Amino acid sequence: MSGSSWNSFDAIARNSTPSLLLLFLVVLGQLPFSLPGDTAVTPYFVLMAVFYWGLHRPDLLPAIIVFLVGLLQDALEGEPFGANAFVLIAVYWFVASQQRHIGGRSFLVLWLVFAAVGLVAESLRWLLVSTLTTTLIAPWSITFEYLMTVALYPILTIAFVLAQRTLPRSGGDFMD
Amino acid sequence: MRASLSIRQGAHRSTFALFLLLAVGIMLIGKADPTLYERTRMAIADIAVPVIGAMSSPVAASAEFIEESKHLLAAYDENKVLRDENERLRQWHAAAQGLQSENARLRGLLNFTPEAEATFITGRVIGDSGGAFLRSVLVDIGGRDGVRKGVAAIDSNGLVGRVAEVGQYSARILLITDLNSRIPVLVGDNRERAILAGDNSDRARLVYLPPERSIGAGDLVVTSGHGGAFPAGLPVGIVVSTSEGSSELRVQPFLSPARLEFVRLMDFGLTGVLQDQDLGLASQ
Repeated sequence: MSGSSWNSFDAIARNSTPSLLLLFLVVLGQLPFSLPGDTAVTPYFVLMAVFYWGLHRPDLLPAIIVFLVGLLQDALEGEPFGANAFVLIAVYWFVASQQRHIGGRSFLVLWLVFAAVGLVAESLRWLLVSTLTTTLIAPWSITFEYLMTVALYPILTIAFVLAQRTLPRSGGDFMD
Repeated sequence: MRASLSIRQGAHRSTFALFLLLAVGIMLIGKADPTLYERTRMAIADIAVPVIGAMSSPVAASAEFIEESKHLLAAYDENKVLRDENERLRQWHAAAQGLQSENARLRGLLNFTPEAEATFITGRVIGDSGGAFLRSVLVDIGGRDGVRKGVAAIDSNGLVGRVAEVGQYSARILLITDLNSRIPVLVGDNRERAILAGDNSDRARLVYLPPERSIGAGDLVVTSGHGGAFPAGLPVGIVVSTSEGSSELRVQPFLSPARLEFVRLMDFGLTGVLQDQDLGLASQ
């Protein structure tokens, strides 16, 4: 009796791993890291997570979580409300819909796809923020952020793969 | 299996579209009513502050550890440099003491009204957006502690920025390198007036300079106090030479965003140009 309730609790905890990871990454992006030099640009961690989980386990990442995390990021970074939410949902939609075409490819291909998706996402974000703040924002720091995000994607992927290994398989006993 | 998958995908499609529309709606509302959006943003920041604060302590500690180890390795050379610098600073100290007493005597002669006494509130930097769009930091003090919008933020090196948004337990400080930062400054020994304009790069630009000017690399930049937002005389940075051929002048701020740990908010009771309804939020 108590064993089964523990099991279901365990399943809930495991199944919400992607959502919790996303939340964690938003906060991580806010921490004052000191990088070499004085450039304090942090990579777009959340984008990597949305891309990865949208590709591998969209069933465990409800769209509303992606949306809310986007809003949270907007609030914490001081960007116009809705900009990150829009970009992340758009990326999530694209990736989840392309799952059949790009899923199961080699990591190098996925990395290239991520680089392309990231380019579109960051451009869209730049366009949205520039429009909403009615200031033409100089593109170099976002370019730097983009490059850092693409460069760090493999490292984050390792963490995501490790996290995914602890999860029950799609359509397994824990589903529904 | 296949059928249920396509049903699920169909459901997904409409949810995605719904959320996209919702995001657009939120953006439009935020555009129409910026204060609502600002208040919501700071309310969310207030909730997130304890979490970010707790997570940032180990990060700060490890960054400090790395920094300290680096110092340890360079201790011998640094010691030599510091001894020389100390020697020079001691001379400056003596000179400054002389000037200070002379200044006090002259002010006494002139019946000079001193500037209002500032009150200080010190806060810890807990969040650094590191954003590509905004150069701002979150601090763990807010309206509850008496923080007001528009007050100057300094650290041990000089001007950091100004308070842009105030929540109950947190405040956002817009750094002087931010795109939206415009600060009236005085440059060099001739105290020429200019505006220091951030553009999201690490070095801010000097704009609205007088046509014939005597500003060169190495000149000190301090706040002028014009506009009434900041007190006069806060050190801001040093003029650096730019690429030859361009007449653009840039300032290397004393501010170092990556090493920003604590900031002091100076409240001179100046309201300046930032008068809006939010100013009444805390105290006056």
